[in-house]
Amino acid sequence: MAEVEPAQQTEQTASARGRTGGADEHAGQTTQRDHAGARRESGGTTGAEPRAESGAVVFLDGYRRMYLIRLFENAMHRLFLAGEVHGTTHLSAGQEAVAVGVCLALGPEDYVAGTYRGHGHALAKGTSPAPLVAEMLGRATGVCGGRAGSMNVIDLEHGLVGCYGIVGGSIAAALGASLSGKRQGHVAVAFFGDGAVNQAYFHECLNMAKVFSLPAIFVCENNFYGEFTPMASVTAGSEIAGRARAYDVPSAVVDGNDLWAVYAAARSAVERARSGGGPTLLECQTYRHYGHSKSDPAPYRPKDEVEEWLARDPLKLARARLLEEDVSEDQVAAVEEEASALIEQAVDEALAAPYPDPEAIVATEFRP
Amino acid sequence: MSTLEFRDAIRDALAEELERDPTVVFFGEDVAVAGGVFKVTTELFERFGPERVFDTPISELALAGAAYGAAVTGLRPVIEIMFGDFMGLAMDSLVNQAAKCWYISSEQGSVPLVVRSAVGAGGRFGGMHSQTHGTWFQGVPGLKIAFPSSPAEAKGLLKAAIRDDNPVLFLEHKRLYSVKGPPPEQEIVPLGQAGIARRGDDLTIVSIGKGVPDALAAAASLAEEGISAEVVDLRTLRPLDLETVLESVSRTNRLLAVEEGPRTGGWASGLLGMVAERGLHDLDDAWIVATDETPIPYSPTLEDAYLPDTEAILASVRSRAGVGVA
Repeated sequence: MAEVEPAQQTEQTASARGRTGGADEHAGQTTQRDHAGARRESGGTTGAEPRAESGAVVFLDGYRRMYLIRLFENAMHRLFLAGEVHGTTHLSAGQEAVAVGVCLALGPEDYVAGTYRGHGHALAKGTSPAPLVAEMLGRATGVCGGRAGSMNVIDLEHGLVGCYGIVGGSIAAALGASLSGKRQGHVAVAFFGDGAVNQAYFHECLNMAKVFSLPAIFVCENNFYGEFTPMASVTAGSEIAGRARAYDVPSAVVDGNDLWAVYAAARSAVERARSGGGPTLLECQTYRHYGHSKSDPAPYRPKDEVEEWLARDPLKLARARLLEEDVSEDQVAAVEEEASALIEQAVDEALAAPYPDPEAIVATEFRP
Repeated sequence: MSTLEFRDAIRDALAEELERDPTVVFFGEDVAVAGGVFKVTTELFERFGPERVFDTPISELALAGAAYGAAVTGLRPVIEIMFGDFMGLAMDSLVNQAAKCWYISSEQGSVPLVVRSAVGAGGRFGGMHSQTHGTWFQGVPGLKIAFPSSPAEAKGLLKAAIRDDNPVLFLEHKRLYSVKGPPPEQEIVPLGQAGIARRGDDLTIVSIGKGVPDALAAAASLAEEGISAEVVDLRTLRPLDLETVLESVSRTNRLLAVEEGPRTGGWASGLLGMVAERGLHDLDDAWIVATDETPIPYSPTLEDAYLPDTEAILASVRSRAGVGVA
């Protein structure tokens, strides 16, 4: 599986923020952290494909999901400003390639645990946009009937065991799902941010997953800020992936804005998990285009840093790569139009849907 | 007549449910090979093997989280958090994940897990190995809390807890582990139904766990003094069977709640509030025997004075009710 790791990356680019190279000798992998290299080395033609379709079809589907997430998040931004999304919401625009690249490598029966920045996790795993928009709006037709809201979505039908408002909660949820998964032949993925690696959840669960050789994949979405605070100022050690070394868990630093790189790394981790090889930690470096939450315009981020990341917008990169790989402009445009129509319809339906009626609902604390 | 030891009742319930349902798994610290620090779970590892019964790292947060994640995806995990005092470390996953899933998912799925813990003072274990965590969790909707008072009850409640589709905290008082009693007459003791442990007319003493045998001993002494005390065994703190308490109080008109824990924020004070809300007209008196508002001390003299034992119950009833209570 080494061929699909971002393992033999040799090139480094200026866009590899905070990464100045250096080999990461671990678990048989040699990792040099590099965006362009990851992309070059880890394209869709490596090894056995998990599905019958050609690579281009898989990645076009990935692009569709990414585009859907971007439109969804932009719609949530508008609907929040319009007073339709309540409380707060955490948008994942800019991070789409991580959720989608990982979920492309999963089957429908596999499990995912997401975060409070979890709209993308849900959409990537298969939650339909309409009930997800309705959930954001607190409507009765929401995927959780309006009881969960933006931060805590659960969609068991699609293997989304939950999204957690507590930093690090997803890690334990996936650990547990991997206990079931080991018996069922399924893998479990935890998405979490860079802030979560300083929680006990991260360390306890990496250790336990390794000692029981569980089919768990820990996907750190490192967007370099824990809420408002730069990751580097509160995180000891030079990298997050390196923490896995202490637990003898295979790890990789991945260009989280490169769908192909994320997919390749995720496939490798899924193969390891399914073959009894135990857990993997993927540090996917990415960037959120919005602030931490809807009350945060993110003034703490340097302008040139933001511009550098916006220039590497994962959607732009994916679109350009698809066109390079003989997907036609018409095909890409059709996917975009389909996603636009889907989101537009989902928003219209949700806005027209009723709020849950507190008189009509008999809430049950316990399952009878 | 055969007798059943409390610790064997727990082990038998686990063994029978592991046998009955292949999705039941049991894990925790030192529970498998060593058979538990209180020797409660011996022979389960040998009988069911490492896929069903296994030892874990000392990682209470991950343990609780693993149980939650496994429960929401098809297993029925029973975990042991060795001492109830350690539940603070497990709290996030239980409160924010396990307890909320059924409701906030709009009833897509539930979380059938059980968390067993040894609780209670009197063992000279000091302030961090003697607490009873039931009230830490009593205000959390979605969690059930069971606390058996006898071997038969322990077996029936644990089997009910394992079969229940919701997360259940299962409290085992350390000073009950070696108690022997009659085996259960029924396979299951339902969660949420209090029991009348002794019938009486003059006073209702409500307790749970170790407080029940203490209250029964007090009631036996009171009977010799001409006071007929009824003893209600709550069995579960959540759901709380208020109806059984109200019915009892409607006959006795006096309510004493005995809690091994501080009065402030305890289940007893909550119970008295609920009884007052619904049954004030039936009450001539209501009061609480609880502990001091301090951490649990170590020294035998201090710990004995701290505990609301049978003597404390008797002294309280005599001073509060007087001999003319009947």
